[in-house]
Amino acid sequence: MLEDINFLLIREIISSVLIIIGVMFMLISTIGLLRFPDFYIRMSAITKGATLGLGLILSGMGIYFNEPDMFLKVVLIIGFTFLTSPVAAHVIGRTAVRNKIPFWDRTNLDEFKDYLHKEHNVHRDHERDNKQV
Amino acid sequence: MSFFSFTLIFAMAALSLCLIMTGIRFAIGPSLPDRITAFDLFVANVIGIVAIYTELTGNEDFIDVAIILSLFGFLGSISFAYYLMKSTR
Repeated sequence: MLEDINFLLIREIISSVLIIIGVMFMLISTIGLLRFPDFYIRMSAITKGATLGLGLILSGMGIYFNEPDMFLKVVLIIGFTFLTSPVAAHVIGRTAVRNKIPFWDRTNLDEFKDYLHKEHNVHRDHERDNKQV
Repeated sequence: MSFFSFTLIFAMAALSLCLIMTGIRFAIGPSLPDRITAFDLFVANVIGIVAIYTELTGNEDFIDVAIILSLFGFLGSISFAYYLMKSTR
């Protein structure tokens, strides 16, 4: 019974499905990077979509090879990507707020206004300090 | 050509299309943080292409390239953001 099942074919089918879903996520997030109107919206699109797509592609590859060291390397890459991609997005977004990159005109900034005012004032204070020194 | 290699070649073509569109955003990006995020997505696309190429050739040595790339992409975007924050103060 168990010898009749073609395990290679099953692995190929699962890997193909995972890779196609992952590539679709990458494609949609790249279209979002090209089409969205604002820096912050673009950054949220690629941070979520590209990370999920990369995880799906890599897990499909790990299922196809079906070896322990390959699984270890795949888990290493996925863990590192899932750990570092939000940190990089946070740092770049904070830098963009500091540098006064404009928001989209339809973004609702009511609750964010105090923070923006404070950040830009801090920024101006630093500029003044540098001029005094 | 089996359906599996067709799937892999289709995936590589779609990721190459992603690379082209990311390059367009890298060229027309109005500000420097746009270009940094485009570089981030560029590195992610290249990691995906390396993974699919590993599966296409069956050679397991290529996956080490993806580990190193995922390290250096994070380092590159963080250092760019740090430089940007320091240079505008």
